[in-house]
Amino acid sequence: MPTDTLRVLRARIAALLLFVAGPLAAAPEIQEWTTGGGTRVLFIAADALPMVDVQVVFDAGSVRDGSAYGLAQLTSELLGAGAGTRDADAIAATFEGLGARFGHHAQRDQAVVSLRSLTDPALLDPAVELLATVLARPTFPADALERARGQMQVALQEEQQSPGSLASKAFFRALYDDHPYGNPANGTAQSLAALTRADVVAFYQRHYVARNALVAIVGDLDRAAAEALAERVTAGLAAGSPAPDLPPVPPLLVPISVHVDHPSAQTHVLVGQPGMRRGDPDYFALYLGNHAFGGSGLVSRLSQEIREQRGLAYSVSSYFMPLRQAGPFQMLLQTRNDQAAEALGLLTANLERFVAEGPTATELAFSRRSVSGGFPLNIDSNGKLIGYLAMIGFYRLPLDYLDRFIERVQAVDLAQVADALGRRVDPARMVTVTVGPRNPRGG
Amino acid sequence: MFARNLLLVLGLLPATLVAAPKVHEFTLDNGLRLVVQEDHRAPVVVSQVWYKVGSSYEHDGITGASHVLEHMMFKGTAKVPAGEFSRRIAELGGRDNAFTSRDYTAYFQTLERSLLETAFELEADRMRGLLLDPEEIAKEVRVVLEERRLRTDDNPQALTYERFNATAFLTSPVRNPVIGWMDDLEHLRLQDLEAWYRQWYAPNNATLVVVGDVEPAAVHALAQKHFGPLEPSPIVPPKPRPELTQQGPRRLTVRLPAEVPYLLLGYKVPALASAEPVAEAYALEVLAGILDGGRSARLARTLVRGSEIAASAGAGYSLHARLPELFLLDGTPANGHDVAALEQGLRDQIERLQQEPVSADELARVKAQVVASQVYERDSVFYQAMQIGILETVGLGWERLDEYVAGVNAVTPEQVQAVASKYLVDDGLTVAVLEPLPLAAAAAGGDGAAARPGGASGEKSDAN
Repeated sequence: MPTDTLRVLRARIAALLLFVAGPLAAAPEIQEWTTGGGTRVLFIAADALPMVDVQVVFDAGSVRDGSAYGLAQLTSELLGAGAGTRDADAIAATFEGLGARFGHHAQRDQAVVSLRSLTDPALLDPAVELLATVLARPTFPADALERARGQMQVALQEEQQSPGSLASKAFFRALYDDHPYGNPANGTAQSLAALTRADVVAFYQRHYVARNALVAIVGDLDRAAAEALAERVTAGLAAGSPAPDLPPVPPLLVPISVHVDHPSAQTHVLVGQPGMRRGDPDYFALYLGNHAFGGSGLVSRLSQEIREQRGLAYSVSSYFMPLRQAGPFQMLLQTRNDQAAEALGLLTANLERFVAEGPTATELAFSRRSVSGGFPLNIDSNGKLIGYLAMIGFYRLPLDYLDRFIERVQAVDLAQVADALGRRVDPARMVTVTVGPRNPRGG
Repeated sequence: MFARNLLLVLGLLPATLVAAPKVHEFTLDNGLRLVVQEDHRAPVVVSQVWYKVGSSYEHDGITGASHVLEHMMFKGTAKVPAGEFSRRIAELGGRDNAFTSRDYTAYFQTLERSLLETAFELEADRMRGLLLDPEEIAKEVRVVLEERRLRTDDNPQALTYERFNATAFLTSPVRNPVIGWMDDLEHLRLQDLEAWYRQWYAPNNATLVVVGDVEPAAVHALAQKHFGPLEPSPIVPPKPRPELTQQGPRRLTVRLPAEVPYLLLGYKVPALASAEPVAEAYALEVLAGILDGGRSARLARTLVRGSEIAASAGAGYSLHARLPELFLLDGTPANGHDVAALEQGLRDQIERLQQEPVSADELARVKAQVVASQVYERDSVFYQAMQIGILETVGLGWERLDEYVAGVNAVTPEQVQAVASKYLVDDGLTVAVLEPLPLAAAAAGGDGAAARPGGASGEKSDAN
């Protein structure tokens, strides 16, 4: 019988909220196994709705592009363009005719292929069969490659008219330099022009393999059915091997300032530096510290200082984006051009003060309550659970991550946050990117 | 190939798979409507208060007032100081925010289920007790001006949409952007907001929607306790202000610093609320799916693939709008093609819909997705509450959700052809083209704000 995991979690969370310091249940609700082909599988049974979510996650993000910028995105895009005997029209028509949702995209660390389907075997079986074919026998048609190349070129042009996109791209480049995280994930005009079908096929053959994949499943299946599904989805993948470790991110040695000219009414401001990895020992201390600083919406210190007290921005926030290696810590806002210098000064001054003094006891207590109290909302749907499963699996976080989340949040104290901020955030060495008509620092 | 069989399978699904969740409705003595839907999958609850007011209720000179008022609703009452609302919800681990659209202004909190009372207490307090402070207004208007610059003025496609929409409609209030015209925002006064609050914020102009791990009778009692004492107001519904009949195509060009051309086509169509018979509205909904219901739909198949004229192309229809809006088509041309070719490609698709019935396979795919979506949507308590709130607030009533699958399933190829022939015609058409001006020249010109034409929002919904 499938267990209703949400209900199990619900009971456990209720217990945690009432008895935070008490003994904690540790029943594993995430099931784990390895397919015959060597792919790790994580599964949560959820029987409330007759549907299933599947994600196949490959270590095949843009970090694997090498100098062929855009290759991971192009390969991912072409997965739906032809497989076995089917062309793009037939693949799309088959999934959509089954009421299934098929998706595929590449991010920095990973390439994700996803399927959402009803569990009725008349619908699920053919959808899973097609997913397996798409993964194992993509044909990468030449005409589809040219079309995808053209679409990526238009996307690059659209980026030129979006100050937010320009800022983000300049920020990653300045922050990571020639580390793979600095690569333009969506390519450049030159790199896109040079990509060939042979590049795509080689990238696929190297990275879309069983031992470089993770399968996450959430839905109304029992263990046997989930095992069968995972076997079928991965059946045609070559065994292959895991992608090699990524190099660590070198620390930023000096502050860097970048300005991009753009005829916008607002200046977009990004300030940050390399932050932390998934599974970082400082994760919970930095997460809670940032929650108080700029991670809790209008309540955060940055919002209070910049939006609520001064009306300088609609959106101002800070966050850590943990990746396989150190992802960015970033503060960002947008403001009318003549206010950009003032707003940038406030970002910097607030960060300096926060790192020097840490959060107040009141702020930290607030953040601990807010983050633990909000945990039930993080896991209240299959859609959110599959996201957690894929993250836990891909980054090899412990399987009791959800079980122990509240406990870990509650355990963070002021000294830990101050210590972590002091060691991990250096206001004197920040990348500062501005995008707007003129340099707010007088350039 | 397999679609006909699938349709049979899918035809059985609504009855066998998904028992429609039971909805409980109540009306308090002061006129507040309460709609509760139980969902016991997780120990959470979403609470939403929907007011019947939005940009389609506004008039010239105060455009954007509904949205600014939405922002001001977080600025305090006699009991709860400015900012305290969000702080209290956040301290409990809750999420809260608000959104404004043409037809509604809505406020929501998502919480662990035992905390619902806090949301009710705070919402009831600000329903009648908002304090509007001139300094807070001045500051918050600056925030909204930044929001407008971010969403619209610095987004060439959004700015084009705003101008397009104001050209398509001459007299209907849907011509105004939700976020308001820049100049109206800059001249918004305390008295405007006070009057707007008094006019629309009352229990008898609101619907409270609660979905989640709750018991309806208990929610009713809790609502009675907190909202029951509030005084109702006389609510005068907005004047009809119907759109004049369009008597020929309209066309506009928007020249802006940009890189990529953009095309918008809009046809005047009825929404479900005004369709006679209602089957026409469901036929238009299916027609939108035939064109843009996924990668197998016609625009992707024939214009993005096929002729490869479009880098992207889309279609959309607002089934649940309060007032008639537009059936929209939009797209960006692929490199090597121009906007004229893209427009011809889109018009060819319309013509084909008028001249031949859609195939059984295509219709089956649209219906299969609609049926499956009914299950997928239940994965989100928030989305379920949204659906109820929208239908209640535009005057259709939540019960109309239940007819959706049946309404779509009943649509025939002939009906799709008929609505295409009746509504997707030149007399009701507006076309807008974004013509890019060089970005580099504009940037070098210095002050981007001054280089811009007056400013403007394509967004149908603006979050706080």
